[in-house]
This record gives sequence, structure tokens and C-alpha cells, in this order.
Amino acid sequence: MAHLKTSKSRAATYDVVVVGSGAAGGMAAYALAKAGVKVLMLEAGRHYDPQRETPMFQSFADAPLRGSSFPQKPNGFFDATIGGWVVDGEPYVVKKGDTWTDGAVENRMKTEQNFMWWRARMLGGRTNHWGRVSLRMGPLDFKPRSTDGLGFDWPIGYEDVAPYYDKTDQLVGIFGTKEGLENNPDSDFFLPAPKPRAYELLLQRGAKKLGIPVIPSRMAILTKPLPGRAPCFYATPCGRGCSIGASFQSTTSLIPYALETGNLDVLPDAMARSVTLDSQGRANGVTFIDRTTGKEEHVAARAVVLGASALETARILLNSKSAKFPQGLGNSTGHVGRWMTDSTGTSLGGRIPALENIPLHNEDGVSTMHLYAPMTPERQRAAAKEGSPRGYYVAWSGGRTMPGLGTVTEGLRVAGDVYGKKLKDEARRYYGSFVDLHARGEMIPNDKSFCELDPDKKDRWGTPVLRFHFEWRPEELAQILHAQRTFASMIEAAGGVVDSPPVKDPRKAMTAGGSVNHEMGVTRMSARIEDGVTNSASQLWDCPNVVVADGGVFVSNPFKNPTLTIMALAWRACDKLVAGMKDGTISAPA
Amino acid sequence: MASALASALDITAFGVEGGLGADPDLLKKDIPWQRVLTAAEKRAAGALADLLIPADEHGPAATAVGVVDFLDEWVSAPYETQQRDAKTIREGLAWMDAEATRRFGKLFADSAAAEQSALVDDILKEGSDARKKAYSFWKLFRDRVAGAYYSTPEGWKALGYTGNAPLAEFPGATPEALRHVGLA
Repeated sequence: MAHLKTSKSRAATYDVVVVGSGAAGGMAAYALAKAGVKVLMLEAGRHYDPQRETPMFQSFADAPLRGSSFPQKPNGFFDATIGGWVVDGEPYVVKKGDTWTDGAVENRMKTEQNFMWWRARMLGGRTNHWGRVSLRMGPLDFKPRSTDGLGFDWPIGYEDVAPYYDKTDQLVGIFGTKEGLENNPDSDFFLPAPKPRAYELLLQRGAKKLGIPVIPSRMAILTKPLPGRAPCFYATPCGRGCSIGASFQSTTSLIPYALETGNLDVLPDAMARSVTLDSQGRANGVTFIDRTTGKEEHVAARAVVLGASALETARILLNSKSAKFPQGLGNSTGHVGRWMTDSTGTSLGGRIPALENIPLHNEDGVSTMHLYAPMTPERQRAAAKEGSPRGYYVAWSGGRTMPGLGTVTEGLRVAGDVYGKKLKDEARRYYGSFVDLHARGEMIPNDKSFCELDPDKKDRWGTPVLRFHFEWRPEELAQILHAQRTFASMIEAAGGVVDSPPVKDPRKAMTAGGSVNHEMGVTRMSARIEDGVTNSASQLWDCPNVVVADGGVFVSNPFKNPTLTIMALAWRACDKLVAGMKDGTISAPA
Repeated sequence: MASALASALDITAFGVEGGLGADPDLLKKDIPWQRVLTAAEKRAAGALADLLIPADEHGPAATAVGVVDFLDEWVSAPYETQQRDAKTIREGLAWMDAEATRRFGKLFADSAAAEQSALVDDILKEGSDARKKAYSFWKLFRDRVAGAYYSTPEGWKALGYTGNAPLAEFPGATPEALRHVGLA
């Protein structure tokens, strides 16, 4: 993949500078380059090429420490992330007890710090390792306040985004099935879904008795070829990345497609610091740190698209101080950094004795779940009566996955103190008979959860860093309890036994804020400038030739993993930017 | 399961000297740290590992797939998790040799198979002195040895993992598998 080898080889000026190269930046660069716009993409991390660098068929014995996690690779050696909870020289500040401290590498289920921030420093960002879950937000998800009086409504609705969901589905490639479930919109462009595994069929049969629908999952993984991308061959774990391009990454689709137009330059190792303005208060470029030299550079452009990830984009805006905007760009009504949300997460394990000694067969599939349990508004209303007004879906892992260092541990725990031939028989018996159910749920934005610039701390280049305030509220805690009870009934209805009873104290089984990597809302869109940072076209109210393409614009954070919607909104925002610059409704420097 | 492994291994340190770094080449297995196990420790570890996982019709014994080399790599790593394990494992191996010498007049690796089993059975016996001394070592050692063994292609076969093979279509559960779980 072609990229600029040094920051000096960039052009003098571009139509648009895009900050970031993941779902948001990748889609923005694609949409703009296809529209004939000259684009420079700035990526804070290094160049990354999945075709050359992905460990596809390696066993865990091919990795140091059998692929186990270590502090700089919290998801294990093979995880396609350069970065993680801590990035050297780029601290962030969190609260531990009553003390502010640097965010550290912790177990996200047991962390004592209030917030965790996963950052990728590589071309393609977090799309290289993401979970691939691709769910459309439903009509009710855009209007939560109108639905139940909680949270906030978006200034746009499903019908505004639907055409871009359609376009994104066709470009990205998403498998699924038409189910007609309320508020869980289907796509006309679903690729065929892979067949379920045995344990998933047991969960589905059990859930039916409980009135819980279990349907094929919806994943950005090709089951049919697309240009330059082969279909899945059902053999290698997606979290390592995908050298054949079956599993969606911006580095094997959006960025190469954009490069083909000849309208895109990609500059890695370029860490955006601030957006600069001309004398009329219009954006005229971006300052960035060239990480290879440590020097600050400036690139001129007629417009700027921020897709650095919601929190990094908020940081760039807060650091873009000027005489006209002393509190940071986009922040004239004080909303940058506020209304920060993450998805909730919790899990419960169990074992299903019927799966013991199952006749050998290959259960790799697409490496994540082939079925899942979405939540319908009807079940959500029932949960609301138990204090959990917002929904979650249930997903799972299990089955006969590629064995690693921890794979037989649970089976041997059940088998007891066996060794010798007995150990080998028992390991074989229990392998693949365990399931882990997990939930991803909606958090309602609250005024205790936000980020701001730390008054003192700076990164290694002298740029102020973020500090985080975060609280789960009673609605989220009740949701975790509801999910735990649901897990237990689903495992039991599948003929299984839970590892432990559902928790009584939700905080003991809940992910730390930020650790699901669905940070949203910190530059939210609004119908009026008083209520947010961008207008309904994702343009800054303060400065319309700056567009936010990432999850910052989300007004709600429903249990429909955000990446698909980020891409659809980024495409929509770029179309509106190009149109506005063409017809003069957006004023831009010459 | 990856999630179970991640939560089993507490992550507490960062920026460790002599570690793998933040951006290792994922296609290579370069171990940058010096190995610490002595020849005597490796002999004891190998004997115990093969007692736990002997050869059978499904696959070779633990030492035949490099489990001792893995243990050395693991306990020599500069991270907190591995350093904690190193203490337990090295003290445990020393205890096995001392106990075998006391009881049989020989190192553990030189003891007869029946003697080795008798020693391990004592560790597993409720209320025994051996259990107080060595049970937590035994459990940790068994988990690491079994994990290391079953992560190899030989271990996959012994466990019954048949994946990591490209397929044109994913067939789903086989008819026999569905019958086994009562779905067909």
C-alpha cells in the first residue's frame, strides 16, 4: 500500500485533511477521494500492511509465551493492535479512589481506575482487530428521549441514515439474515450467514423456551468475494487481522480503494495536534507532530475531517485554542468532552454436559459467534419494569476453538486432580463444552461522565492530555443484574450449568468505563448550537468546514456496536461537506 | 477461551525492560530474555510433565512437543505474572527433588515410575504434609504444562481440534454431532 515516506513529501495544500485512518478516517478518505477531492490522511501510528504482517495460521506455540497477554499486548501477542491501554509517552489521567493518576494497564473486569482508553497507533486503527459486529441502529435508538423520557434525541432519524447504511453494507460486506424484528433493522444487502455451531443451536433452542429470539449474527466478514477481497475461509481468528481481506479492515478496503483514485496521500507517524483557523475563523489546516522527527508541522487545507476516535478528536478540538475560541474549537457552548458514554459489558460462563465427547468436527467458522440474541423493544419494556430501561444483546464464545494456553484449564478444573492418561481423556472430554455469554448494553449519557484537558499533564511532545470522569448510573447497574439473570437462565435452558450464580453486586461483574472501546458522544450533534458541538451534518457549529466523522457525534450509544453507524455517518457527512463546499453554503479558504 | 485466559492472567506491569516491546514482529518467535532454568530443574520438570501427560494413542508425551522449553521461556520472562509463576514453579521443582531424595534416595527424574506416582498421589491426598507443601505448585504446573502441550499441533490432535484448515464453505455441526447433543 503506497504511503508518503516522510512528512516533507506531502503536497503544499490539500482540499481536505482527514485525521485518522480507521472506520471514520478510512471511510471519510474513501468518500472524499471518490468525490474527486484531494485528501491527505494523517495517521498517528505507523504504516501497517495486513497482507504482509498478519499471523494467519500460526498456532499459539508459534508465539512467545504461547501468545499470552503481556502489558503492551493486553489481548495477546497475535492481536492486531499496536497500542492498547497504555501508549508509551502518551499518558491519560484517570481517577483511582480520590487520586488522579496515569491510566494503567489493568484487567478491565477488576480495574480500580474509573476509566480505560484503548488506542491503536497503526494505519487502520482499531478496524484491524475489532469485533466485526455490524448492527444498524433502529428508529427508536435515534429518539430515546421521545421514547421513554431518558437521554437525548438525535437531530436526525433512521430515515436520514438508512441510505448510507445501504451503501456501507454493500461496500463493507456484512452477513446476516432478514428477521423483521422491531428496531433491529434488516439490510437488503446481507451476504449469506454461516451455519450455526452445535452449542449455538443448544442456546437457541433453550432461549426459545424463554421467549428470547436467537438469530444469525451480523458481521463485517465476507461470505462472498468483493473487489480485492477474498471470502472467509473459516480457519483463522479475526482479531489477528485478515491478510485475505475477508474480515473488514480499512487497510484492506477503504484505504486501498481510496488510493486507487489517485486523490489520496497517506501520511503515517503524523500525530494531529490542533486545527488552525484563518482570519475569518475558517479552518485552514492542521498542525501535527512528525513522530519520526518530533517536530511540529502544518499542512494547509480547505476543510478538515476529524476521525481520530471520539476521545482523540475531542482532545484535538480542546487543544485548538484561538482568540476567537479560547475554550477550544467547537466548544463555544461547552459541550466538547461531555456526554461521554461506553457500552456496558458483563459475562457469565457455564458448561453444557451434552457437548462432552461430541464427535470431532471443525467449529472454527468465522471465529466469533454465528448466532446472537438481540433485544426487542418488547423485552426492553419488560426489563424497564425491573429498573433497566435500556437494552443489551447477548453474544457468546465457546466451542472447539484453536487451543491455547488456557483452553483446557476449565475442563481440568471440572475433572479434578487427574493426571496421566486420565488427564488426556478428561481434557478431550471437556474440550469445547464451555460457553461464555456476554452482554453489550446501552449506557444513558450522564453529566458525571466526561473528559477534559488535564491542567498540568502533557504528552511527550508537550500537548495537553485528557483526564476522565466516569460513572455508571443505577440504570446501567440494574441492566447488568438483568443480563446476569438472563445469562443464567439461557445457560440452564440450554441444558448447562453456570460456573457461578449471577452476581448480586453488579460492580463485581461489570467492565470498567471505556474498556468496551465504544467511547461516544463527546462531540455530539444537536438541533441547536446550545445543545451540542456539531449540526446534524456533523459540521462544527463553530466552524462548518470542520467535520467530525467518528463516534463523537453520537447522541445516544445504543446496544448496536457503533462502527457500522460511524461509517454510515462519516460517508453522509463527507457527501454534505463536498456539496456545501461546491455550492458555497460552507465557506472555505481558497 | 481467550477471554478466560486474559482474566486469569492479571496484567499489572508496563514498559518492562528486556520484554517483547509494544510492536513485535508477529510472524517471528523471538524471545529476547535469558533462560533461567538449570539443567537439574529442566530434568525434574520434564519428568513431572511426562507423568502428567504421557504418550498415548492420541499423541506424544509432553516433553516430545517442547513443553520443558516452554516452561523455561515462561519462568524466565520479565513480566510480573511469569515472575510469580517462576517462584512457585522453581521452589516446587526443588521440593520434588528434595522429597524424592528423602524418600527414595534419588532425584525425582531418576525415581521409578511407581515412586513418582506415589509422590504425586501424596500431594493430592487431603490433609497430607506433601499437599500442604506442594499442592499449589502442582496445580499451577499442571495448568501450564497442559496449556503448553495442547497449544501445539500435536496437542490439537490429542485434544480433537480439527480446525485451522481453510474451507470453501462452513458446514456447521455434522449430523453425528447434532445427534450427539439431541438436535437431530
